[in-house]
Amino acid sequence: MRRIISVLLENEPGALSRVVGLFSQRNYNIETLTVAPTEDETLSRLTVTTSGSDKVIEQITKQLNKLIEVVKLVDLTEGAHIERELMLIKLKATGAQRAEIKRTVDIFRGQIVDVTSTVYTVQLTGDSDKLDAFIQAIGATAVLEVVRSGVSGIARGEKVLSI
Amino acid sequence: MELLSGADMIVRFLQDEGIEYIYGYPGGAALHIYDALFRQDKVKHILVRHEQAAVHMADGYARATGKPGTVLVTSGPGATNTVTGIATAFMDSIPMVILCGQVASTLIGEDAFQETDMIGVSRPVVKHNMTIRHPEEIPEVLKKAYYIAASGRPGPVVVDIPKDMTTPNERYEYAFPRKVKLRSYNPAVRGHAGQIKKAVDMLLAARRPVIYSGGGVVLGGASAELKELAHNLNFPVTSTLMGLGAFPGTDRQFLGMLGMHGSYEANMVMHHADLILAIGARFDDRVTNATEKFCPGARIVHVDIDPASISKTIDADVPIVGPVDSVLKEMIALLKESKGKPDQDALNAWWKQIGEWRAFHGMRYETGEKLLKPQQVIEALYKVTGGKAFVTSDVGQHQMFAAQYYKFDKPNRWINSGGLGTMGFGFPAAMGVKLNFPDEDVVCVTGEGSIQMNIQELSTCKQYDLPVKIVNLNNQSLGMVRQWQDMNYESRHSHSYMKSLPDFVKLAEAYGHVGMKIERIEDLEPMLEKAFAMKDKLVFLDIYVDPYEHVYPMQVARGSMKDMWLSKTERV
Repeated sequence: MRRIISVLLENEPGALSRVVGLFSQRNYNIETLTVAPTEDETLSRLTVTTSGSDKVIEQITKQLNKLIEVVKLVDLTEGAHIERELMLIKLKATGAQRAEIKRTVDIFRGQIVDVTSTVYTVQLTGDSDKLDAFIQAIGATAVLEVVRSGVSGIARGEKVLSI
Repeated sequence: MELLSGADMIVRFLQDEGIEYIYGYPGGAALHIYDALFRQDKVKHILVRHEQAAVHMADGYARATGKPGTVLVTSGPGATNTVTGIATAFMDSIPMVILCGQVASTLIGEDAFQETDMIGVSRPVVKHNMTIRHPEEIPEVLKKAYYIAASGRPGPVVVDIPKDMTTPNERYEYAFPRKVKLRSYNPAVRGHAGQIKKAVDMLLAARRPVIYSGGGVVLGGASAELKELAHNLNFPVTSTLMGLGAFPGTDRQFLGMLGMHGSYEANMVMHHADLILAIGARFDDRVTNATEKFCPGARIVHVDIDPASISKTIDADVPIVGPVDSVLKEMIALLKESKGKPDQDALNAWWKQIGEWRAFHGMRYETGEKLLKPQQVIEALYKVTGGKAFVTSDVGQHQMFAAQYYKFDKPNRWINSGGLGTMGFGFPAAMGVKLNFPDEDVVCVTGEGSIQMNIQELSTCKQYDLPVKIVNLNNQSLGMVRQWQDMNYESRHSHSYMKSLPDFVKLAEAYGHVGMKIERIEDLEPMLEKAFAMKDKLVFLDIYVDPYEHVYPMQVARGSMKDMWLSKTERV
């Protein structure tokens, strides 16, 4: 099952490599990974999406917790949560395609953030499925380049991950 | 406040931390620190002949005393040579701090002479590692290193020290930090009371119980509590390779070691138990055999300081995260308070059954007329040392024979590389023990394969006068490899035969020690007596044993706990 694990990490050199190393060392899978400092500059927040049996996920959270620089973590998929991913996508846009692409971007509530005579660069946010659906709707032949940020997530309601 | 250079701070910190011995090897990036060592005499440095041996020496010290060992090496090859030793300590949860020199911070990343990314290289085999980024941080970083190494589930911590952090003429304020606090690291200080109560109820309801004790009981200093609990309940006790000695090997309730080369009765008891109380053990693959066939009728209470060790391979019914000594103390108190007792008829029937299993097999081997059996050597060693020696071992058949036939009555006396299985561990580990316990008998049980992986340390023993005894079970082959080739590869002995062995007697003599060769059964005990009577001499006993002997019992691969070979021909 796909899981989103959110980690508060000491914002120190080498801390990220420990997390990434743990995954490869113990044969766990990383699907996406995002990391950036938080409002408290001593902490980074890292979001990793992974998959595995319940037993594997339990080990992943326990092993992550064992890393000295991991301050706190939560498996967001255990409760209600919001997940978002940002995509920047460069599309071939010429002739009649230009209007069609614009319509599709509007339907998906994306924005065209850069334009040339032959190319649109589109910014789109949403959960991963929505981004997949957009690429499918546009069609592979129009796609020139895709860059996705990986998933960020946060719990719904009052719950917060902080120290 | 005093002003000290980074190098002086390191040495001063070691003094203030109460470190008596460090083990190491100098080199360019560590020279400022070595100079600081020279200008004092409180911290004594032992110069080894290869950095791997320095780590094993520190490891032997740590296993015998329970305190963290300390290693000092230079950057690059000095640091990478320690990696096997660090991995050995990591797998067996041994507290240790490894101080590695590094090229100057201004040169890092430029492929400077003797530069290696030691933080990256060591990352998968350390509990933690740290780099010094400013000389002022030195006392705090070192305090953290020792705290992390020794607390919770212990382990090795590497500290990388760029040369410019130790420059002699740059001085900074030094104060010894009494305490250290890490917001992200808080090992459990006691077990969950509700879980402990649940566990005690299960102990009282058990009809066929067994206590499965591991290395955590030795590391956690819970031998007395284990004995008290087991004796109060009259439960049988088995131990992992790492846990031997925590429960007395000569106690009536002790079943011997369990697992791949465990005793027949220990493995039978485990398989048929209805309750397993696992304490400081981790259900390792050398214990469980096939996990899906593991102990089908047993409910499991698992006590460990490391939550990740619980339900990793075998699911626990009652997990208890906490230090083993405090959890066991609470269990003992609850049992006393409850005044309950397990069903005595059931327990008597269980002991009767155990007695039958013991009578059926027990530990036995065939003796010949001419060739010495390795088991015989261990039994003679046990006799000659009164069962009181510190015994270190290397890895292979000799290790298993020592674990099976030397009955350890005290913890911290059996010192071996159980998790990583590092050949070359035993001799330097014995040196580390001897240095710190000069009046005790310290023996390294080894084989002609393993001993040659760190034989150069005979020279260190001469320099520092370390009269350990080396019992070399010489079967002229890599015995355990050969045994597997006999059992699984139709005796195709691919590269398991040592064709050109040195004359170990002459070799020992060349390094200034005593060598003895034993080939006949009648010479065994008298020669051992003679060797151990030479208190101030390192004696290398080269003992020729039956090259065709196998270690039994041996669990059948992919079977359950109870599926074993008992000899070359008997399988149960």
